[in-house]
Amino acid sequence: MLELVIFSTLNGLLYGMLLFLLASGLTLIFSMMGVLNFAHASFYMLGAYFGFQISRYVGYWPGLILAPLLVGVIGALVERYGLRVVHKHGHVAELLFTFGLAFMIEELVQMVWGKVPVDYRIPQLLNFSAFTLFDTTYPAFRMFMLLMSVATFIGLLLLLTRTRVGLIIRAALSHPNMVGSLGHNVPLVFMLVFGAGCGLAALAGVIAGPALITQPAMAASLGPILFVVVVVGGLGSLGGAFVASLLIGLIQTFAVALNVSLADVVAPLGLTLTRDSIGGDLWMATVAQVAPIIPYLLLVLVLIFRPHGLMGNRET
Amino acid sequence: MILRKALLGFQLAAALTLAAFGAQAQSVKIAYIDPLSGGGATIGEHGLKQLQFLVETINAKGGVAGGQKLEAVAYDNKGSPQESLVQVQKAIDAGVRFITQGNGSGAAIAISEFVTKYNERNPGKEVLYFNYAAVDPALTNEKCSYWHFRWDANSDIKMAALTNFMTDKREIKKVYIIGQDYSFGHAVRGAANTMLKAKRPDIQVVGDELHPLLKITDFAPYIAKIKASGADSVITGNWGNDMSLLLKAAADSGLQVNWYTYYAGGAGGPTAVKQTGLDHRVFQISEWHTNVPAPEMEGFADAFLKKYGGASGQGWWYLRMKNQMEMFAAAVNQAKSTEPKKVATALREMKYKNSLGSEVFMRGADHSLFQDMYISSFGSGTKHDEEKTGWGWKTVGLIKAQDTVIPTTCKMTVPS
Repeated sequence: MLELVIFSTLNGLLYGMLLFLLASGLTLIFSMMGVLNFAHASFYMLGAYFGFQISRYVGYWPGLILAPLLVGVIGALVERYGLRVVHKHGHVAELLFTFGLAFMIEELVQMVWGKVPVDYRIPQLLNFSAFTLFDTTYPAFRMFMLLMSVATFIGLLLLLTRTRVGLIIRAALSHPNMVGSLGHNVPLVFMLVFGAGCGLAALAGVIAGPALITQPAMAASLGPILFVVVVVGGLGSLGGAFVASLLIGLIQTFAVALNVSLADVVAPLGLTLTRDSIGGDLWMATVAQVAPIIPYLLLVLVLIFRPHGLMGNRET
Repeated sequence: MILRKALLGFQLAAALTLAAFGAQAQSVKIAYIDPLSGGGATIGEHGLKQLQFLVETINAKGGVAGGQKLEAVAYDNKGSPQESLVQVQKAIDAGVRFITQGNGSGAAIAISEFVTKYNERNPGKEVLYFNYAAVDPALTNEKCSYWHFRWDANSDIKMAALTNFMTDKREIKKVYIIGQDYSFGHAVRGAANTMLKAKRPDIQVVGDELHPLLKITDFAPYIAKIKASGADSVITGNWGNDMSLLLKAAADSGLQVNWYTYYAGGAGGPTAVKQTGLDHRVFQISEWHTNVPAPEMEGFADAFLKKYGGASGQGWWYLRMKNQMEMFAAAVNQAKSTEPKKVATALREMKYKNSLGSEVFMRGADHSLFQDMYISSFGSGTKHDEEKTGWGWKTVGLIKAQDTVIPTTCKMTVPS
């Protein structure tokens, strides 16, 4: 049991930290510009594919740096020549723009790299098990994923709290108009934040690509969860995104380990429910089986009972 | 000038139409409706290569019905039953009368029902559905159809063979059942539970798990759960990425169990088994594997590997698809017609000697094929290896075709 708890915690933390790498950029962009960037997960996918392509020529490690930079530049260009133009038509236009962009990127990726997963390999240097606990091994690459995301989190935190750039960004989070009035070039800040957010997503892609398979469906399968993280964490709150990412990562991993169903819950009350009762499978489905939808349940509950999220300071 | 251009355009269009018509008149189209994107794409692509190779081989021998060529046309159903129906309709609109599909019983049931309804409403334009791999028993029992033919042994037959094999393995104490959450996964789990209870009541089922179909990219949480359960063996019907990624996660965490599988040999599977380091501890039940001694089939598999193996080195895998296409060709020749209704009549009680030199037969009562089934284990020291791993399949059990026959509840409406 202890073994299951330890490894589920590790797996949950890892998944949560990956989510955070994506959610941090998304929440910054969302709260600054009011744009819910539907294409955010697509930049994560682009990161993985760029990393894969670079790794074929010069190995994994250069890709870890180059791919996020490249995607960051693409992100900045998208903001400068796409979003900024659409901006004057309001938020709905921006939303639709990113929505279309997500489909375009997916189609493009399919055309260039095909529909079948690509063979993105773990670097040879990290192809061993980091440690063995209760004779279960834990791969070194997963440790690397975890450490990389923690390091990025700390870096981001320092950047935002200890530098002038961070000061302006944080100010723009809560009072965008005020920052503009004070003479800062808010559009430039927007472009940089958008680019950096996309770069962070790409970094997550390069880290996750070899372990979680790099395929055209990877953006579509991760995208919805990101919105859950951002809403649950609360708008404009990096801390909130952090807590929500870990929460959802852990919930999803631990849910898989639980075999309790509604029928089990009511059994002590003297009620016997089977597949043939009214409601059918609803009573028999275990928590493990419904694990993938639990985050969405959380989303609905948060929107009803705490619309500004766990740590948010603005209303959605 | 404009007139001349228009005339030229017309001539060109006429020429193209004629060419297209000519090709249509000569070739017999088979629509391949399987996942070519998403989690099932790896095996979908692998299956398509095999169909293409079969079509080339049959055409090289002169085609069917005195010189007509076969032609495989691919449609991507993305692994979904709804999308399958869209693609079937597209294929029918393009003039296709023969459909083949195999990956996913959900899609298979949808296609079978669609084709059955279509044929009722469109007499004279019937469409046949050849199923090379979807093994939900319902397809040849309560949901059987005259227009559906299956070349694989159904899930209950496979599970009966696997559990018979497990009966003699006294070291098995705790079994974990994991599968995909859809009709086929439910069928596997049900059969495994009842059969184990009957044959080995002393075995404890320590886990009975269903996970979303072809959606999971990280099986680590599931492997942690299997590990914690203390299971010494795992039974799974998983296929596609759900099989290779499950094994990959097992390799990462160093899980030491015996695996009883249907599809560990599917594309990507052998590579993952090699990573687990479980030498001859992963078993599969199939109608063939590369180390079944049969010169004709070995030569054929070698030729395929040379032409389509590519960098991944994925070799031949579906003898059932080979049986299907050869029997289809034989049925067309026998009926001297490519009219689906006549082909169906020729096919439904057909006996055929396949490229292993053994007798297989189609049962008219439910249109399912019976053939020898092999239980094999994957590991070192074999003649042929898979996916350049150095490991290959070794036969550990053989069930003769007549011993795989189980009763059917199918009540088929045979059209007059």
